[in-house]
Amino acid sequence: MANDPSEKDPNAKPPEGPAGSGATPPKPATPAAPSQPPASAPPAGAPHAKPAAPAAAAPPKPPAPPKEAPPKPVPLDNELVQRLKARFGEAIREATLDRKQAIVLVAAAQLREIARYCRDDEKFNMLADLTAVDWPKREQRFDVILNLYSFPKNERLRLKAHAAENEPVPSVCEVWPAANWLERECFDMFGIVFEGHPDLKRILLPDEWQGHPLRKDYDILKQDTAWVRENLGIESGQ
Amino acid sequence: MSDARAYGNSNVDTTVLGADEIILNMGPQHPSTHGVLRVKLKLDGERVVDSECIIGYLHRGVEKIAEHRSYQQFAPYVDRMDYVAAVSNGLGYCEAVEKLLGTEAPPRARVVRTILTELQRIASHLLWLGTHALDIGALTPVFYCFREREEILKIYEKYCGARLTTHAFRIGGLQYETYDGFEHDVKRFCEDFDKKIDEYETLLTENRIWVGRTKGIGILSAEDAIALGVTGPVLRASGMKWDIRKAMPYAAYDQYEFEIPTRPTGDTYDRYLVRMEEMRQSRRICLQAIENIPSGPIMARIGKVLKPPPGEVYHAIEAPKGELGYYVVSDGTTQPYRVRVRPPSFINLQAFDKMARGSLVADVVAIIGTIDIVLGEVDR
Repeated sequence: MANDPSEKDPNAKPPEGPAGSGATPPKPATPAAPSQPPASAPPAGAPHAKPAAPAAAAPPKPPAPPKEAPPKPVPLDNELVQRLKARFGEAIREATLDRKQAIVLVAAAQLREIARYCRDDEKFNMLADLTAVDWPKREQRFDVILNLYSFPKNERLRLKAHAAENEPVPSVCEVWPAANWLERECFDMFGIVFEGHPDLKRILLPDEWQGHPLRKDYDILKQDTAWVRENLGIESGQ
Repeated sequence: MSDARAYGNSNVDTTVLGADEIILNMGPQHPSTHGVLRVKLKLDGERVVDSECIIGYLHRGVEKIAEHRSYQQFAPYVDRMDYVAAVSNGLGYCEAVEKLLGTEAPPRARVVRTILTELQRIASHLLWLGTHALDIGALTPVFYCFREREEILKIYEKYCGARLTTHAFRIGGLQYETYDGFEHDVKRFCEDFDKKIDEYETLLTENRIWVGRTKGIGILSAEDAIALGVTGPVLRASGMKWDIRKAMPYAAYDQYEFEIPTRPTGDTYDRYLVRMEEMRQSRRICLQAIENIPSGPIMARIGKVLKPPPGEVYHAIEAPKGELGYYVVSDGTTQPYRVRVRPPSFINLQAFDKMARGSLVADVVAIIGTIDIVLGEVDR
C-alpha cells in the first residue's frame, strides 16, 4: 500500500497501554455498506474503510488507561516512498508517518519537479492545501507544506520543504493553479517568496502593510501602526 | 498542462484598455457580494473580459489567535469563520485535535454530532438558496427558506443556548446531553422538510426566468475544478462524485445510507440542483440517525489540560461549502504551535475568474451566489 490505508479507518486507535482495565468494548466490525470508494476505482485490494459501528447496546466506555502510548511520528518506507527515492534520490530527505498520515520531506529546490511527478505519475491530482509553519530557531526557519489528495487512490500525501528566510521556493502554480492564492497567502503571512508565481502580492492584508503576521517573531499585539494611523485615522487597532 | 495565467486571477490591468473596455468595481459594499468582497471587472460592453477578486476586508488573524490560545479556548473562534455553518467548523476542529491527541469521541457523541452537522448543512444551504434566488430576482424563496432555517436554529438554541455561533461541540465529545424532546424536534422537522423542498422546487426548478438566468451560466469543467482545488457541491455539479463523508468517513457517517448527488455540466443550474438534492440527503441521514442514538457517555476521558504529543495532523470534513481542513501542529504544550484552516470558500472563490470570463455583468451576481462563499471564512 502506498499510503497508510488505516487513515480511512475512523476507529484507528493508538495502542492501548498495558495498564488499566483493558476491557475496551470489542466493537463489531460491520461491513461498510454505505461506504463507497470515490468516483474512480480504488487500487486493487484497497481495503475498504472498516468502520466499527458502535453497537446500540455498547457497554459504557470503561475508564481510559492512565497512560496511552502517545502517537509518535515513525519512519515510513512504503512503495510510494521507494518510487520517489528511486527517481529523485537525495531530494527525498525523509519520509515519516505521523498519526497515520504520510509526510515526505523534500529538497525545496526540486519541489516543482516532485510535485509534477506526484500529480502525473502518482495521481495526486488535487492540491488540497498549501501552507507554511515558522520554526524561527531552525537554520531554515520555514516549513512549506503541500497537502495533496489523490482522487483515484483516495489518499492524502503531505509534501514538506524547508526554506530559509530569504530563500525563494519554486512555485507550484504551473502544476496546480490552485496554488495561486495559497502561495500569495503564504507570502502575505510569512514573507516566503515563491519563484515563478505569476503575480505574487499580498492577498489578505493591505498591499502597503509592513511585516508578516504569522511569523513567530511577530507579536500578537503588533501591527503596522503607521498604516493604521494613515489609513484608518486611529492610533491603534487594538 | 496548465498555464497559471490561463486560470486567471491575474492582476486586472487598468492602464491598458481596449477602445470599448471599461473597468467596473463591484463592492466591497454591494448587496449581492454576500459580505465585503470587491470584484474588479474589466468589461467589453456587457461582457466580462477579465476579473480580479480583492479580499481581506474581514481578516481577523484567526490562525494567529490560535497560537495564543489553548486548544479548548480556540474552539469558539472557529465558529466565527463560516458563521452560517458554525457547527461544521466546530466539528472539523474538534476532530482534528482529537486525532492529534490520539483519541476519539464516544459513539453517542459522534451520532449527535452527525445529526447537528447535517442540520447545519441544511441551514447553510437554505441560506444560500434564499439569498442566491434573491440576487437573481426571485423574492419568495428567501422567506420560505428562513422559515425552515429558523426551525433548525431553534433546535440549536434549545440544545446549547446559541443560534448562530454555537460552540456546540467540545474536544473529546459534547458538553451537553441532548435535551428532552430533541429526537421529537429533529424528527418533526425532517418529516415536514421534504415537502418544503418540493415547495422551493415548485418556485424555481422549472421557472423559466430561473432556468434562463442559471442554465449555461458560469460553467466549470471537472478538470478545471480539480486543478483549482474546488470541492463540495461546486465540484459535484461538475460531475465528480466525491464527498469526504463517503471517501474518508468521519463522525458517524459510515453508518448511514445516503447518495452523493452529481450533475454533468457544472453550470449554475446544476449547482442549484446538487444542493437541493443534498438537503434531501441530509434529511435522510438525520432521520436514520435520530432513530438510533446509542446510549453511553458523551465525553471521552481526555483530561482538563490538553497537551497533545508533538506532531501534526491534517483532518478534513465535508462542510456545506466543501472540504474544510484543519492542519494542526503541536509542540507538546497546551497551545497549538500552528493551526492552519483550509477554507473551502477561499479556494472555491479562486475559480470565480474562470467561471465569470465571457459572461455578462448581470451573470456575475449569479456566479458569486452559486459559489456559496462566506467572507468570514474567505478572509479569516
